[in-house]
Amino acid sequence: MLNAPRLSIRHGRLIDPASGHDAVADIHLAEGRVLAIGAAPSGFQPDRTLDARGQVVCPGFVDLCARVREPGLEQKATIASEGRAAAASGVTTLCCPPDTRPVIDNPAVARLIHQISKRHGLTRVLPIGAMTVGLEGQSITEMAALKLAGCPALGQADRPIRDTQVQRRALEYAATFGLPVFLLPLDPELSAGGCAHEGIVGTRLGLPGIPEAAETVAVARDLALAEQTGARIHFRGLSTARGVEMLAEARARGVRASGDVALHQLFLSEHDLEHFDTNCHLVPPLRTPADRDALRDALAEGVLTAVCSDHQPHDPDAKLGPFPETAPGLSGLETVLPLALRLVAEGLLDLMGMIERLTVGPAAILERDLGRLAPGAAADLCVFDPEAVWTPSPDTWISQGRNTPFMGRELRGRVSWTLLGGRIVFER
Amino acid sequence: MTTPNPQLDAQGRLKHFLTIDGLSRELLTEILDQAEGFLGVAQQAVKKVPLCRGKVVANLFFETSTRTRTTFELAAKRLSADVLNLNISTSSTAKGETLLDTLRNLEAMHVDMFVVRHAESGTAHFMAAHAAPHVSIVNAGDGRHAHPTQAMLDMLTIRRHKPDFDQLSVAIVGDILHSRVARSQMLALRTLGVPDVRVIAPRTLLPTRVEEAFGVTAYHDLSEGVRDADVVIMLRIQRERMNSALLPSEHEYFQLFGLTEERLATAKPEAIVMHPGPINRGVEMDSQVADGRRSVILEQVTNGIAVRMAVMSMCLGNQHLGSPSQEEATHA
Repeated sequence: MLNAPRLSIRHGRLIDPASGHDAVADIHLAEGRVLAIGAAPSGFQPDRTLDARGQVVCPGFVDLCARVREPGLEQKATIASEGRAAAASGVTTLCCPPDTRPVIDNPAVARLIHQISKRHGLTRVLPIGAMTVGLEGQSITEMAALKLAGCPALGQADRPIRDTQVQRRALEYAATFGLPVFLLPLDPELSAGGCAHEGIVGTRLGLPGIPEAAETVAVARDLALAEQTGARIHFRGLSTARGVEMLAEARARGVRASGDVALHQLFLSEHDLEHFDTNCHLVPPLRTPADRDALRDALAEGVLTAVCSDHQPHDPDAKLGPFPETAPGLSGLETVLPLALRLVAEGLLDLMGMIERLTVGPAAILERDLGRLAPGAAADLCVFDPEAVWTPSPDTWISQGRNTPFMGRELRGRVSWTLLGGRIVFER
Repeated sequence: MTTPNPQLDAQGRLKHFLTIDGLSRELLTEILDQAEGFLGVAQQAVKKVPLCRGKVVANLFFETSTRTRTTFELAAKRLSADVLNLNISTSSTAKGETLLDTLRNLEAMHVDMFVVRHAESGTAHFMAAHAAPHVSIVNAGDGRHAHPTQAMLDMLTIRRHKPDFDQLSVAIVGDILHSRVARSQMLALRTLGVPDVRVIAPRTLLPTRVEEAFGVTAYHDLSEGVRDADVVIMLRIQRERMNSALLPSEHEYFQLFGLTEERLATAKPEAIVMHPGPINRGVEMDSQVADGRRSVILEQVTNGIAVRMAVMSMCLGNQHLGSPSQEEATHA
């Protein structure tokens, strides 16, 4: 970017998982790229110096799943509104699933999203192309054209392909162009009509259930198809202990499969549905505390290599109704950092490991050179205060979607500056 | 996260009646005692008491119902309240907003209590969360979740025949999976101290982990399940469950789970048989049982009015007692 200023960020604790760097160091940026780490090159005159004393400086976060709702669902959110939320959350790259209106099933929609997000310049929005036309699960899309239009991967958002033969062909065709495929593992028939984990709480509340098998059946099918076709698959948003166990086993055998988990799945469980809190109406549903613990272990052990926000902003009316009638999903961008830091505080990961799963982990799944701080790399940075305590409130919330069960709950860890391509896109 | 029970006010008194879940044995017993007192009202020449004079009760039924709505209406009238009946069929577009709009409009007409029936679980909780502080919500059935007044009228019926809950074995037979009645009954029975609650159904009609969720024992054989039972509660089975992936046919269902005098033989000799109505004769039970000496089905209907009077008068009575600020505090 031409107008990026020359910047020095000084005295921060610089953590870069790609190189293993973790020490207090200065970092110098010019022309949108990292110029040097440590001493400034001789003659370097920054336009501005940021004092990051007591703060962590790390690569900007890469979020594998955040809905921006544009085009077509602007009553819920826009690329501008969610770009601001992403920038305030340290997220410099986000992948938006193809369930926009129109669907991202042709290059025009993908380019439109690129154009709008570049115009706002708040975060890098990477559109995930649809695997099938209209996400209808019947005819495959022009995947080569979608790739050329800037789609790093393909997917079906939350509408998995029912027909196993179509799924197989879509995976094969995607593999032709080396495109990874994001799959929400959810059997459409077993999950039909469900709105809560099929377990003790769902049974007690009389909520139609989504059984564990809705996930494991889909994981089994797609692992078998990945082996058959050689396609690169990525399970988006695993929610069950058995699901991650199956993924671990397949990875150990060399199947080209990866997986992520939405951060809220590591803190909430089916018990948060008591009293029908519609902000906890999620797909995949919140499952048992044992599932939650297994997801945490899988993240710590590296079976899951990325965490994401699974950000789904909604208009207030979408959450205002009897639980089963409300739209699933929560607004997750702004809680990414504090929830991830809580994993560190609880001893699950060290700070480096946590940042890895928000940067190089997801970047590797996307096969993009993002999420690292070496000289020459894009200057996408996040500077955060790990000790800052704050409480989300509707007045200070940035995303257009205020649908979060964390509203009013005290959190620790807050972004001070976010830089995208060397430009400051957020400062507190 | 522990949230205070949304149906109680700051003093722990009934404000809404949404579910049996979270209510104490003492409170359930109080409802039964009050209902017992109201049973006499029907015997009087003038079948009214002035407890809720000047109060307005709106029956808001988003699902059709004759029996439940009628008994709520009679209960409110016997308490001298004014009653509005609104049968609102759910159109495909009318969802949450309509529900709230309806609530707001009726609140503007100074309705004091809403009796709500709706096809989705959690509707009564949703209404209670959004109702004005002076308004009470009574759940007349929400999805598969709860039908607490039905459960309490069943408890009253049981208590009038078998006063000692601590000694009872109660069997519930039929479509537990889809039944809000069964869920509320299981909770009420366990809360009132019944040590042995059994649910009897094929596996397709039992919810996942029902035993842990409600503290009951599951059976798949009717004769086995009703053995030495004091009370046998039959549930209504919807015809659309038949010839599906849940059940093959009415014939096979009746063969295995239909109640006959013969199958009732393993129960205690003085066991009573209940059914929330309306009965599918020849599917859930044969007429010999339905109309037989052990059937207390019509008593249930009578008791339904008294229980609904008790619940309505308790909720409406507590509206006088609690100061608005205290009530708001419990909602915060």
